[in-house]
Amino acid sequence: MSGSGARETVFPTRQSLGLMKSKLKGAQQGHDLLKRKSEALTKRFREITRRIDEAKRKMGRVMQIAAFSLAEVTYAVGGDIGYQIQESAKSARFRVRTKQENVSGVLLPAFESYTTEGNNDFQLTGLGKGGQQVQRCRETYARAVETLVELASLQTAFVILDEVIKVVNRRVNAIEHVIIPRTENTIKYINSELDELDREEFYRLKKVSGKKGRDAAAAEKEREANSKKIAESEEGTTDLLGDQENEDVIF
Amino acid sequence: MASNAEYKDRQFLAVIGDEDSVTGLLLAGVGHVTQGADAQKNFLVVDAKTESAVIEAAFDRFTQERKDIAILLINQHIADKIRHRVDTYTAAFPSLLEIPAKDHPYDPEKDSVLKRVRRLFGE
Repeated sequence: MSGSGARETVFPTRQSLGLMKSKLKGAQQGHDLLKRKSEALTKRFREITRRIDEAKRKMGRVMQIAAFSLAEVTYAVGGDIGYQIQESAKSARFRVRTKQENVSGVLLPAFESYTTEGNNDFQLTGLGKGGQQVQRCRETYARAVETLVELASLQTAFVILDEVIKVVNRRVNAIEHVIIPRTENTIKYINSELDELDREEFYRLKKVSGKKGRDAAAAEKEREANSKKIAESEEGTTDLLGDQENEDVIF
Repeated sequence: MASNAEYKDRQFLAVIGDEDSVTGLLLAGVGHVTQGADAQKNFLVVDAKTESAVIEAAFDRFTQERKDIAILLINQHIADKIRHRVDTYTAAFPSLLEIPAKDHPYDPEKDSVLKRVRRLFGE
């Protein structure tokens, strides 16, 4: 009953009972909404994890092809071009920008790759020989990097969603297991206190009316006694003049 | 939660990898060297002689110091060398991606994200 379980410290009044009732209603509504949000996010989350799994496998294949085309370049150029390329890299041609996607109020960033036109750091690479292979290799790697970017955005969404789902679930559980029972306890407490007050009031009224009845009865008795006394005294009234002995003279 | 300001400036990819991977990715055009006196490259070439302290330093620089990197690509066999750092990295930005190298085929079992996926679904 009122003593068991945690409750909020409120005065047991009708006003706070009303407040608690509306609070309980709000908590239940919030719980429903959050639960639905969590479900929507989890659905999305599962979809993303599935796609990550697929994309990771795809990446394995794509990178293999890319590595093979690089081997072709090494063969065609007839030497190691790594050093030359590392030195001539100046400004990124391949960049990413982020855009946002809204999933039930959660902003998920997604990377989008784009290439800036106009700067080419590797104009001289493969000038002597193997230019064609270098070109093909660049295209292959550009495609591979696009796959990687796609995978990275999935992964970022995964990390963020993971975090958000944890927070939402924590809230759902807090409402379900802490706030709602506590509010219900408070309502029970207030109700029992109010009932107690009611009973007290009823008893008091009964007492008061009983006492009033007793008083009234006593007063009645007293009045009766008084009237009897008066009647008695009336019977024995004597002539004020004190001439009882005198016969009335009739003319 | 990630705010907009946290990632709107992030536009580059960073690479920690062996020579072939780095060469290939640079050919695709991801390489960027910042202007000025303290010119910083966004790639690190790792060979057999590179110490893991160097790799860790680069990892820290790309993940924490530089605010313009959106994706960090790292070869899986190099990630293995600093596995404890990779596994404890949970931030959303920059996103960390383990990629296969030429001589090291991709092993999904080792991937830190796929590990998390497996743990979440209790497989």
